Amino acid sequence: MKLYCLSGHPTLPCNVLKFKSTTIMLDCGLDMTSTLNFLPLPLVQSPRLSNLPGWSLKDGNAFLDKELKECSGHVFVDSVPEFCLPETELIDLSTVDVILISNYHCMMALPYITEHTGFTGTVYATEPTVQIGRLLMEELVNFIERVPKAQSASLWKNKDIQRLLPSPLKDAVEVSTWRRCYTMQEVNSALSKIQLVGYSQKIELFGAVQVTPLSSGYALGSSNWIIQSHYEKVSYVSGSSLLTTHPQPMDQASLKNSDVLVLTGLTQIPTANPDGMVGEFCSNLALTVRNGGNVLVPCYPSGVIYDLLECLYQYIDSAGLSNIPFYFISPVANSSLEFSQIFAEWLCHNKQSKMYLPEPPFPHAELIQTNKLKHYPSIHGDFSNDFKQPCVVFTGHPSLRFGDVVHFMELWGKSSLNTVIFTEPDFSYLEALAPYQPLAMKCIYCPIDTRLNFIQVSKLLKEVQPLHVVCPEQYTQPPPAQSHRMDLMIDCQPPAMSYRRADVLALPFKRRYEKIEIMPELADSLVPMEIKPGISLATVSAVLHTKDNKHVLQPPPRPTQPTSGKKRKQRHGFSDIKVEDTAKGHIVLLQEAETLIQIEEDSTHIICDNDEMLRVRLRDLVLKFLQKF
Amino acid sequence: MRFLMFPLQGPLRIMDPECSHLLPALCAVLADPRQPVADDTCLEKLLDWFKTVTEAESSLLLLQENPCLVELLSHVLRPQDVSPRVLSFALRLAGTFAAQEDCFQYLQQGELLLGLFGETGTLGWAAWNVPSVRSGWIQGLSALARHPSALHFLADSGAVDTVFSLQGDPSLFVASAASQLLVHILALSMRGEAVERCSPQGSAWPACAQKIVSHVEESLRSTDTPQVTQALNVLTTTFGRCHSPWTEVLWDQLSPLVACLLERDPVPAGHSLVDLLLSVARSPVFSSTDCGLWETVAQTLSRLSPTQAGPLALGTLKLQHCPQALRTQAFGVLLQPLACVLKAATQTPGSSGLLDGTVGGSLTVDALLSSKSACGGLLCQTLAHLEELQPLPQRPSPWPQAPLLEAVVTILRLCNGSAAPSSSVGGRLCGTLAGCLRVQRAALDFLGTLSQGTSPQELVPQVFAVLLEYLESPDSSPTVLKKAFQATLGWLLSSPKTPGCSDFGPHIPLFLGELFPVLQKRLCSPCWEVRDSALEFFTNLSRHWGGQADFRKALLSSEAPTLTQQLLRDPESYVRASAVSAMAQLSSQGLQATLASPEHPETEQGLLKEFLHILSADSEGFPRRAVVQVFTQWLRDGYAEVARDTEQFVATVLQVVSQDLDWEVRVQGLELAQVFLAQKLGQPAHCPYAVGLPEGPSPGLRPEVLRNLCQPWLLEFAFRALFDCDRPVAQKACDLLLFLRDKTAPCAGMQETGDNPCLDSVEAILQRWQAGEQGQSLGDPEPEAMLAVLRSIDLEGLQGRLAESSDHVEKSPQSLLQDMLATVGVLEENEADCY
Repeated sequence: MKLYCLSGHPTLPCNVLKFKSTTIMLDCGLDMTSTLNFLPLPLVQSPRLSNLPGWSLKDGNAFLDKELKECSGHVFVDSVPEFCLPETELIDLSTVDVILISNYHCMMALPYITEHTGFTGTVYATEPTVQIGRLLMEELVNFIERVPKAQSASLWKNKDIQRLLPSPLKDAVEVSTWRRCYTMQEVNSALSKIQLVGYSQKIELFGAVQVTPLSSGYALGSSNWIIQSHYEKVSYVSGSSLLTTHPQPMDQASLKNSDVLVLTGLTQIPTANPDGMVGEFCSNLALTVRNGGNVLVPCYPSGVIYDLLECLYQYIDSAGLSNIPFYFISPVANSSLEFSQIFAEWLCHNKQSKMYLPEPPFPHAELIQTNKLKHYPSIHGDFSNDFKQPCVVFTGHPSLRFGDVVHFMELWGKSSLNTVIFTEPDFSYLEALAPYQPLAMKCIYCPIDTRLNFIQVSKLLKEVQPLHVVCPEQYTQPPPAQSHRMDLMIDCQPPAMSYRRADVLALPFKRRYEKIEIMPELADSLVPMEIKPGISLATVSAVLHTKDNKHVLQPPPRPTQPTSGKKRKQRHGFSDIKVEDTAKGHIVLLQEAETLIQIEEDSTHIICDNDEMLRVRLRDLVLKFLQKF
Repeated sequence: MRFLMFPLQGPLRIMDPECSHLLPALCAVLADPRQPVADDTCLEKLLDWFKTVTEAESSLLLLQENPCLVELLSHVLRPQDVSPRVLSFALRLAGTFAAQEDCFQYLQQGELLLGLFGETGTLGWAAWNVPSVRSGWIQGLSALARHPSALHFLADSGAVDTVFSLQGDPSLFVASAASQLLVHILALSMRGEAVERCSPQGSAWPACAQKIVSHVEESLRSTDTPQVTQALNVLTTTFGRCHSPWTEVLWDQLSPLVACLLERDPVPAGHSLVDLLLSVARSPVFSSTDCGLWETVAQTLSRLSPTQAGPLALGTLKLQHCPQALRTQAFGVLLQPLACVLKAATQTPGSSGLLDGTVGGSLTVDALLSSKSACGGLLCQTLAHLEELQPLPQRPSPWPQAPLLEAVVTILRLCNGSAAPSSSVGGRLCGTLAGCLRVQRAALDFLGTLSQGTSPQELVPQVFAVLLEYLESPDSSPTVLKKAFQATLGWLLSSPKTPGCSDFGPHIPLFLGELFPVLQKRLCSPCWEVRDSALEFFTNLSRHWGGQADFRKALLSSEAPTLTQQLLRDPESYVRASAVSAMAQLSSQGLQATLASPEHPETEQGLLKEFLHILSADSEGFPRRAVVQVFTQWLRDGYAEVARDTEQFVATVLQVVSQDLDWEVRVQGLELAQVFLAQKLGQPAHCPYAVGLPEGPSPGLRPEVLRNLCQPWLLEFAFRALFDCDRPVAQKACDLLLFLRDKTAPCAGMQETGDNPCLDSVEAILQRWQAGEQGQSLGDPEPEAMLAVLRSIDLEGLQGRLAESSDHVEKSPQSLLQDMLATVGVLEENEADCY
């Protein structure tokens, strides 16, 4: 059993598990932090961005000044943003049988895998994962395609040149494999390969293993996966949460008794408590708006935004913000808000019970009804007519490199009355802000990451007691900035096996047993003898029949008995048949009839003297037998 | 004319004929198993009443005059007929009667006591399994054990052995009562005799005492920890209660056994041992002599785990007389956990400044690292102990203020993850303490207490820095924040002020510059507790520092006043109430959102209007109470807006208050009226409670002053309040009217003679008000008529009746007996209905 680790990002995993005769890809996350090296794509022509000076080497050589621009001491690539794909060389991805998706954030690389590697298998995911994943991809494609950029920089990627660049460009890894965003056509094609599954549904893969998604409590439809055969069980835990937010709670019990537990997707901010961060978010939002400033919240169109809107729903009246407009701008804003209301069975109990009242599970429906929350596909069109300040704007992309957020950063960045509040933990807010410097607007970092923290992991591992834990290497040591915090790492016995990008791990257990069924008539014939109290033995003579990875012991064929030959002979009128092997095939001799049938690889001859009727009869028989094969 | 508004009936201390008449029926009810007693509280009240009665008169006489009582006691000897609660009651009742020796003899003659308390009695019945019966048995014995006859009875009946076994009763109440009873018997047997005076050796003690002491000795030798605990508890109570010389003999005899406990590993019953040692040490009997006690304490301090030794160390340090060496050792035990934390967290090796030696250090480190709960428990306990010790005069001197400050700052840093210790112990502590709320709270409490001491100036910035971290951090929970605000207030107010152009030392202005943005954020918190504690902090700080230039500058350049004003409309009533106090404070210091100035008088006017609006419209009581309190304070302080037309102001407020449904608001309104009256009469406003002072009438109360005082709106408000259904309101109104009556005494006689139609109509209206008809108004009667009415009311009598508790009528024994009988009667009726 082997694990091929194709991604080094602990929360955007992409691993391939070879288990029995199957090849299973676990998630295919797309590392978008590479886009931080690029200049933002402004929706509206930005004189500031277009007038940034080109970058030149220390010796004054300016051959890269078309590709690289300098802004407040940082160097950015002036090109269409590119993403860092999972490893494609470590394993032949066309051999992957299935891809299991755990949540919508972990499927963003799917089109790259399914459309460009010869992949012919099936992708399994829950319905909300697929629907919201589609929205995220659609938004991403839309953000990038609507700002076409003529230039595509590639010179800087040359290894010899990259070495001369300043950090972080100099240290960027595998830049040659970075790819531009996929198209909508590729997205649709990739999504068409997905088969929908429900929690606890058992899916047989080639009879060899069974895979089952379990609720992971992190996002709508998010799952952990159990991959098991009759005697082995591998749990794949990715992006799970024990907090009470909108999704169904995490199913922990089913993870018990695993031989191996692959643990990914823990919180990226282990020291921040989500409740405190929500409080921080609300306080800073209120403070800004009360002072007449605007609040910008760069976010994904689904996920934490639902919880934030719910908190604001309860908070705005108490904070005297009832008259402040909230805008949600995304090409998929409408679908996201509506989808969240229809996936009742995937929601936590409280929200499910609302459906029976009947009420919408999320209170943002009421915010929309009362016109407190308005949503628009883009800043163009209706939004520009309705836009009132001060206001709160939720929009993407959290990287601040594309999407409507770029426009608001340019618009509001100059005033210290305004505030940008970072709630998504995926991007370093300082790096995200780098191309907007100097910036007057206030920046608040309150990342809300509801995924498991190390205390919760430690409790979880005590509870489910896996024999071995496998996790990204980042989880086996304290974070570099807090090297004394021994509590911020996975502490388990035996110590967790760690992996990094492009590692191949031999998982530490050997398969020792295989289940074999015994046919009832064979079992009937057994005569067990008790050799010790409770232990009986019987000898078995049988034929092992293996088909579709299922093994069955069948009664052995009875020894050839003359009587049975007679019967057959009598049926067709032949006796004393002899079969001889030759170099090219076989010869069947019918001595009495003085006839022989010569069977070779590519020809069959019936040699029979002057008995046309016999020949035809033999020909028909041979054809009939041949058809049986 | 005299109003008599409540029936006068005080508690009875003797058996009156009415009760005596009801008793047979009640005893019959109690004896009848088919008529269950409604609830235990009736029986408890009944027992209390019997106790009061027997304190006042002879129990023997009582029993002889009320034979039904003895019949009841005899009846319960037939176990099948009695419910456990009645049996428990009877046992305690018998004990109460038998507390008097003659009555004891009387009951003994009928063998009643032996039947109830003897081995052949209650003990053998099925009801003995009910804990309340066992408890009643012990309490009964406790009650009767008052005289030598009782001692003989206890010895002969075998009751003491039963009490021994009840020490281990599964019911904690029974077990505890059994221990107490043993101590009681021991003390009784040692009382009065020569033993008390000359304290002979134990062998010469009365048999009963010897028996108990032997039992205790045996228990102390036992390897069974619960048994040791029982013995230690008995001794703890003995030394705590009995301070006769014989207790010294007892300690001499038992202390070797106690010392032996220290040789066991682990030391059994650590907590009880600590209690015993402290009880002995506090006993005045031992104040002059040593008795080896200090040695045992010292040994115990070194043998017990840090968590168990902490309370002993604190108790030792609080003792007035105690050898210095022991005090040093005890303080060392108390400081040890903090010393370990400091040592683990500091970068440089060497002494932490708290403790020089490292004795016991490893044990403490083990305790700190063993588990999260153990670590939190030990640190919380240590911090609480030091906090308790800090303000005491007997605290160790020199007090290590600086290292303590360093330690508590370090703990706070470990708790919020901002400390970066290099040692492995420090790293583990960091992981253990990170996010530990209770340690955070305890440390902030202690940090606040430390602000009372004199701290080295170089440490103060560290304190403010860590406080700011907590006030700022999104991870600070509301309770932690509240403590952080309190500690910050303590440190700010205790910071030394330097004369000169700046009001404060160098740290404060810098700190204030950082504090206000945080305060603003907290005032906008989605959590109401946070908004509330931020407002409270802000109000207190403004109260003390409103006049300081640095503070005013920082405050006025912030958004805090505007935010505070907005919080007057907060959805949470507590927050609105706090915002009212805060705004009032700001306004009185001229620190409102827009600075009140002669050019902008509308700001103050606006606030008054806003407060009046809250008073009349707010749906919750807290903000309205806060408003009336503020108004009262404004009136006292002569706040400009109020002083402009005081009468109009008071009239408006009282009109609104009189309609209020919250009695506290109405009481506050009466307080406001009283302040107003006091001011009108030239009394100092802050001393309105001068009612009862025997001072002569102020001479020369001019008619216009009188007219001023007897404003109809004021008197109408006060008279209506006199008949308020809420007692505190009526009491307060009574005080107010008494005050007014006494002050207007010089006017007496002016209209005293002859019928005054106006007076009659006022009285008629008052009678209607008393009857609950509130509709009619007093109109505008002459002040003299009002004064006459005032004098005609028996205000003193009313005050006396109101001072009694509100349930005094129901508490009378007669009504209790009637209630109990009525309950049974109701049951009977129901039964009849069923048929």
